[in-house]
Amino acid sequence: MELRGKKAIVIGERDAVPGEAIAACLVSAGVEVVMTRTECFV
Amino acid sequence: MDPENQGQIKQVVDEHGADDVVVVLGAADAEALEVTAETVTEGDPAFVGPLAGVQLGLPVLHIFDDEVKDQVDPAVYQAQVGFLEMTLHPERVRETMRRLRG
Repeated sequence: MELRGKKAIVIGERDAVPGEAIAACLVSAGVEVVMTRTECFV
Repeated sequence: MDPENQGQIKQVVDEHGADDVVVVLGAADAEALEVTAETVTEGDPAFVGPLAGVQLGLPVLHIFDDEVKDQVDPAVYQAQVGFLEMTLHPERVRETMRRLRG
C-alpha cells in the first residue's frame, strides 16, 4: 500500500513503540497523522 | 481500547471518511494487537465503547511491517524505532499482523 497522501491514526504502546515515534516515521513517509495515542495495555 | 480513544477514532473517520485512513500500531504484545485491530475493523470486542457494533473496516498496519518501514526515511526510522525494534521481537509482531490480516 502506498502510504504517501494517506491519513493515519497512530496507536502506540507505552511498553513497546510509543505513538510519537511512529508518527515521526509516518510524517517522513508523506503521511498526514490525524491522531496519535500511546496506550497502556495491561 | 479505552472508550475515549474509540470515540476519537470514530470522530476522525466521521470527519475524513474511511477511504484514505489507515491505522498504524506500535504494540508488541499479540493480545494487544489483536484487540486493537479488531476494534478498528469489526468493532469493540468488549461492546462497551463508542465503536461497539461499528465496523470501520480500516486497514491495520504495524510500524515494524516491511510495507511501512520501506516507505519511512531510514534515518528517522533508525532514530525513532531502531533500538526498540531490536528489543521487541519484530518477527513475532510481523507474524501476528499477517495472521490478523488473514
